Amino acid sequence: MTEDIIALIKENVIQGRVTADDEGMDEGWVGKPGVTELVEQALAENVSVADIINKGLTDGMSVVGEKFESKEYFIPDMLASAEAVGSAMEILEPHLSKSGIEAKGKIIVATVKGDLHDIGKNIVSILLRGSGYIVKDLGNDVEPQAIVDAVKKENPQFVGLSALLTSTMVNMGETIQALKDNGLRDKVKVIIGGAPVSEEFAQSIGADGYGADGFQAVAIVESLASGSGGNS
Amino acid sequence: MGRNGVLVEPYQRLNEVQIEKIHQASLSILLDPGIICFNKDAAQVFGDNGAEVEPGAQEDSWLVRIPEKIISEAVSAAPKVVKLGARDEDNCLVLDGSEPRIHFASGSEANNWLDVDIEPFISKRDPSKEMAFPVFTIRKGTVDRLAQAAHLCEHLDSWDSFLRTVNIQDDDIDDTNKDVNKFFASLNNTTKHVMSGLTDLSQLENVLKMAEIIAGGQDKLRDNPIISFITCTIKSPLQLVDDTSQKAIEVARRKIPLVISSSPQGGSTAPITEEGMVSQINAEILVGIALAQLVSKGAPVLYGSVPVRTRLDDLNDSYGVPEFSQYNIDCVQMARYYGLPCYSTAGVSDVEVPGIQALVERLFSHILVALSGAQYIHYAFGLLERTNTFCPVQAILDNTHIEMVKRFVQKSDFTDDSITECLEQVRRVMGTSHKLYMRFVRKALRSGEIAPPYPFESKGMTDETMLRARERMDEILSLPSCHMDKATVDMIYQQVPGLLPRLRS
Repeated sequence: MTEDIIALIKENVIQGRVTADDEGMDEGWVGKPGVTELVEQALAENVSVADIINKGLTDGMSVVGEKFESKEYFIPDMLASAEAVGSAMEILEPHLSKSGIEAKGKIIVATVKGDLHDIGKNIVSILLRGSGYIVKDLGNDVEPQAIVDAVKKENPQFVGLSALLTSTMVNMGETIQALKDNGLRDKVKVIIGGAPVSEEFAQSIGADGYGADGFQAVAIVESLASGSGGNS
Repeated sequence: MGRNGVLVEPYQRLNEVQIEKIHQASLSILLDPGIICFNKDAAQVFGDNGAEVEPGAQEDSWLVRIPEKIISEAVSAAPKVVKLGARDEDNCLVLDGSEPRIHFASGSEANNWLDVDIEPFISKRDPSKEMAFPVFTIRKGTVDRLAQAAHLCEHLDSWDSFLRTVNIQDDDIDDTNKDVNKFFASLNNTTKHVMSGLTDLSQLENVLKMAEIIAGGQDKLRDNPIISFITCTIKSPLQLVDDTSQKAIEVARRKIPLVISSSPQGGSTAPITEEGMVSQINAEILVGIALAQLVSKGAPVLYGSVPVRTRLDDLNDSYGVPEFSQYNIDCVQMARYYGLPCYSTAGVSDVEVPGIQALVERLFSHILVALSGAQYIHYAFGLLERTNTFCPVQAILDNTHIEMVKRFVQKSDFTDDSITECLEQVRRVMGTSHKLYMRFVRKALRSGEIAPPYPFESKGMTDETMLRARERMDEILSLPSCHMDKATVDMIYQQVPGLLPRLRS
């Protein structure tokens, strides 16, 4: 029974289904429980949270990754699966500590002050959640002080900053300065992304990493988490 | 069965009143000044059917004044739907004069074949910098190159019909064996419809014999005409040519599909104004159609319009100017007015080599003439230097661009159900934190509903379009050929004289 529901969670991750309303990659899935309904059911049936995460979500995402590598899956498929995993992690988050499980890490994401564009940030959020990180999304047009306050409250390992405009990218530097001014800079790794920014810009403002797209963003977070990456 | 083409909502450049005025102007031209006819049989046929015929100013010429009745009866008699068959019937085209469903074909007996090689170049300023650029070499058209072009056609999806691309100029080819060899090289390398002009009327029966063997007999060829002919019956302005008129008469008698084409040059052999050009070319095409119907009522014909504009700096044809597309779109509308399928023209560049000018010129007419809803758009692949040069790498590029054009011009066909589905998507996405529609793209991504990225995209700071197109061409040329089976080829070689032994392999 437990194995059945874990297998279903894994399959629904592969199908990229969050809820019963979602279509899958294959026909005939609409109306059947998606990842969120299945995770709720598994919790109700006292299925191990570790098994849900490791054998259901993570194993499912591994298959998705393989399909993406082999070009069977495209970016929208990867995002759909990551969204499904992210939705499951939101449900599981309150159960992690009592199950003795630690998330891979916590990251605060925000589009910086003066900038209302959040598509890139949202994609990065989906992919990070899908990779097992807890993501606190502060939204867009976020003042440096609001980010400082969130870092104090949430105690994340990472801060992800996004900007689409050349006129607002400078506020990434202001935000990093605000973290320094509040004695928080050494407590978090800051990664940045967005159309106008670059590796060089990231270095110039003292960021720890730069992701050219959502996948690079996840990769840079992973490498920083393992202590092997980031700007030199 | 057959290739679907793309149904468009046609762009109407002329309004109904203007179309009627052009029609009346064409009728007026056919009465006064009338046409000069250099073909005795044609003059006789027109005279027998009520035209006023009198000796022309030149020897063996006649001035023929054609009344409206001949034209209206010919237009009524001409089939409104013409099928262009194919070795593989899934590749046949059904051209319906009342339906703006577009198909793209090549052309047009170019003398030159342009090879594109990608060679490395080293910067003089910085010898550590090496870049790849295309280098172009002109070669003459040969039967082997014609076969290669047919092979490319077979494997390029946007290329709906093969109209012979190059003039075969091999040392062992002359007028007496050119027709059979060009048709054989084409038919043996593509299962799509093959169209060509006829070099020598004496070869018509041999070419038809070859087509009958491939189609499975005379009746089957009539049902599935795997070949068709183009005749430029008119030399502009308003002169019925002896040789091509006779070819038109003979092909029409055999009820094989026939393009009646005219190609006046606005500014030199036709008025440069839009209304003058279109009135004249319309009159010229109607004369050819009338001739075909008078000798063979119900003969399948295409309204063949190839109007070009004169370059005023060197008096060559110009295909790249906007007027070219204006003229052609107007002609498509005239053909639709008569309910006849239209053989139209697009995609030729004035420049000699592929590049920015070539792309601008060809894409301009590719899009606009496609929007007009012409049933058969020829010249659309690989033609450069007006129509003197065919470049296979350019044809590879054109195939992709035409695929984009076809995707763009297709008639919108959303339904109440599809709108309801979209509204559901909007509501669901607005309920998420990320507000992204990407999960709803997945099905469309696989169904072919949405366009793929440009396949020849450059990855760095140099333009690698030509390099990638050349790589694609090499890939296609390495694919197996769709040659006819041995028994068919043997029968053709037994019954059709003049075929080169080396084409048999």
